[in-house]
Amino acid sequence: MTVFWNKGMLKPIMDQLPLFSVPARWTVAELTRYLRQLLESDDMLQAIWVQGEISNLARPASGHLYFTLKDSAASLRCVMWRSEVSRLRLALQDGMAVEVHGGIRVYEPQGQYQLQADAIRPLGEGALYQEFLRLKAALEAEGLFDPARKRPIPERPRLIGIVTSPTGAALRDMLNTLRRRYPLADVILAPSPVQGDEAPPGLVAALQTLNRLARPDVILLARGGGSLEDLWAFNDERVVRAVFASEAPVITGVGHETDLTLADFAADLRAPTPTAAAELATPITMQDLQARLTETTARLGVAMSALFERQRSVLDGLQGNLHFFSPIRRVQTERQRLDELTRRRGTAQAHRLVLERSQLEGLERRLSALNPLAVLNRGYAVVTHKRDNRIVSSRLAVKSDDDLSVRVTDGEFDVRVTQ
Amino acid sequence: MGKSVDPQPVDEMAYEQAFAELEGIVSILESEQRPLEEAMALFERGQTLAKRCVGLLDKAEIKVRQLTGEEAEDFVEE
Repeated sequence: MTVFWNKGMLKPIMDQLPLFSVPARWTVAELTRYLRQLLESDDMLQAIWVQGEISNLARPASGHLYFTLKDSAASLRCVMWRSEVSRLRLALQDGMAVEVHGGIRVYEPQGQYQLQADAIRPLGEGALYQEFLRLKAALEAEGLFDPARKRPIPERPRLIGIVTSPTGAALRDMLNTLRRRYPLADVILAPSPVQGDEAPPGLVAALQTLNRLARPDVILLARGGGSLEDLWAFNDERVVRAVFASEAPVITGVGHETDLTLADFAADLRAPTPTAAAELATPITMQDLQARLTETTARLGVAMSALFERQRSVLDGLQGNLHFFSPIRRVQTERQRLDELTRRRGTAQAHRLVLERSQLEGLERRLSALNPLAVLNRGYAVVTHKRDNRIVSSRLAVKSDDDLSVRVTDGEFDVRVTQ
Repeated sequence: MGKSVDPQPVDEMAYEQAFAELEGIVSILESEQRPLEEAMALFERGQTLAKRCVGLLDKAEIKVRQLTGEEAEDFVEE
């Protein structure tokens, strides 16, 4: 037993308990309560690791866990409440060497002190963890975890390599995920034990053979959940170096969310679980492809319609030009002009006719006013020589016996000059 | 594209290849002026490629093989 007892704590605790003013005689309950307060208020006893061997393991229907932790010299009652039991990652059995974490409590009805456990790990895991930290630091210093060396994961893998147990649930989960997300890819499995002594060389050989023979676009290195011991192969230096040396980028999916292995640090991408690793290996899914295909096909149609539209508008423009410069159009234009002229000339002519008519009438009136014969109406006569039709306007123009013609308003008659 | 005398038969194309060529054709039709006849030919090839892609997606199924020693053989799930 490695429970440490700090005697120096006793006095200040007594000072804090004024009700217990050192009775002359203790009752059992008083003494037990005193001891309880004493032990449970000692900080040294509240978060301790105790190592020993499990015995008298009991798991009643309540779900709580009772056992005794013992070594060659002493024993310690332990209890683990159901809520903590559910987080236990290791199957306990009698005889198992473990380290138990918890705090000391006193169970008053039985007058027993016990360890109330909240975590149990196999004995030696602490040492394993120290080794883990040492190796991690060494490999980190060597540059195996350098973020700059991480390679991008291909968006659309053609061939996905898987290194895992051929019989595990991890493989089934990964294949289901890959089928659902990206069935265009093919899968090549390099089987390997994933726990035990044969796991590290098996994993190394699987990684190497896969890279050499199949040349996958990406490799999933995976294992389902298990105890820290179960996952230990993924902390093996040989495995970590094989991950680092892989030609294809490696995605690890080992254990559960909370498990971090050295292989995870060396991998190009770390996934919390095998299923998540398969998801990270297929960043583009069938749904994405279908959506892109639909969009691209639509763009093809739009581009073609746009091209037709452009072509048509060019054609329309040409047709317009053709029409504008066509000889038929010129003929039509000329004809129209002619019509226009004709119409305008018709109007002008009508005007002139009216004008001319009125001028004509004026002239006629004036002409008739000037008609010498008009005066004949008033009894005048026009006398002319018969021989030459010359008008006789003087008495000197005639002599006796000249034959003259006299014109009056309604006709002529002949006369002879007598004197 | 367009100038290639003997383009690969669409029926033999993998999805990535067919889709890449389809995208190329679309961007040509969207951005470049091509003679109508050539554009029509591109469009028809684009349609064939799109059909090929749809067909490949419809019948896509993962093929799982297993390495045993130096050989790869079909993997049968339990």
